[in-house]
Amino acid sequence: MADIAFLLLIFFLVTTTMDVDSGISRKLPPPIPPNQKKPPEVKKRNVFVVLINSADQLLLNGRQGSIRTLKRDVKEFLTPVYSGNPSAPDVDGHPEVTETNIDGIGRFWRSKGVVSMQNDRGTSYATYIHVQNELAAAVSELRDDMAKQYFGTDLKTLLDKYPDKAKAIQDAIPMSISEAEPVSLGD
Amino acid sequence: MAKFKKEGGKETPGISTASLPDIIFMLLFFFMVATVMREVTLIVKVTPPGATEIQKIEDKSLVSYIYIGPPVKRLQAKMGEEPRIQLNDAFAEVSQIKDYVAQSALNIPEYNRKKQIMSLKVDETTKMGIVTDVKEELRKANALKINYSTKKGYDPNK
Repeated sequence: MADIAFLLLIFFLVTTTMDVDSGISRKLPPPIPPNQKKPPEVKKRNVFVVLINSADQLLLNGRQGSIRTLKRDVKEFLTPVYSGNPSAPDVDGHPEVTETNIDGIGRFWRSKGVVSMQNDRGTSYATYIHVQNELAAAVSELRDDMAKQYFGTDLKTLLDKYPDKAKAIQDAIPMSISEAEPVSLGD
Repeated sequence: MAKFKKEGGKETPGISTASLPDIIFMLLFFFMVATVMREVTLIVKVTPPGATEIQKIEDKSLVSYIYIGPPVKRLQAKMGEEPRIQLNDAFAEVSQIKDYVAQSALNIPEYNRKKQIMSLKVDETTKMGIVTDVKEELRKANALKINYSTKKGYDPNK
């Protein structure tokens, strides 16, 4: 009996793969209906453009950039900057802000900034994922900062213990990353 | 008094092995439950890129996999070195993805079918062209939840 158990045990020991699947989760936009109207234009000051060419080089808002500074730049861009004057809330050089009422936080000036990313068909997958990763990291760091400022802990603890507070933070700093269809950006 | 003392009485008795089968059975059941059989053999080489902002997939029954990468060494003579798509156990074309999505949706209980996740296991050297085609096809097939499979850990300063 014990022999059989041992045999089975060794079999399952050998065949076990303990790897947990993990990765970056994204949601694709739904297919476009054929008779769709043009989406509303987004003001230039509200968009941070990230372009990746086929040589894996980055162009950030018209200037050549590097993946090292990408997170810092995006963080700076997405941080809501409010002038303190409700009749003229926008600050030059920063995206517009709108006043929103968020449960658990109250009145909050939310940034209208959007990060738009576009890559070439020749961009390598590794670079694409790394850029996606840095963009997501920028947003989650901003959320962490805000969670510390408003509730005194990081977002992970909030997600575990107070999901409604975490929701408020996520509302205040949305994951505004949009992806445009790849084009040929030249070599 | 010494008369009643048995000789060698101070020797410690051996450890009882009576509970050994219990322990073995316990381990056996643990591994039986924890085992996930690999359902496909990979015919493309996939080394996922690293990332830090990763989420675990909680429910494996919702996930279907799409592998993209260069064919493994022994098939390179026949298939070339260009990245290919693997669905189930065979190479596939982009046009077959729609059917694959529909078919794997059938394996998910009906009340959960909307939560279907497509996991893209893509080799890091692959160019985005083929990945974009796959994503476009997934959009058409209305499988919008995707997960880019990655390794843990990435440092942009390296």
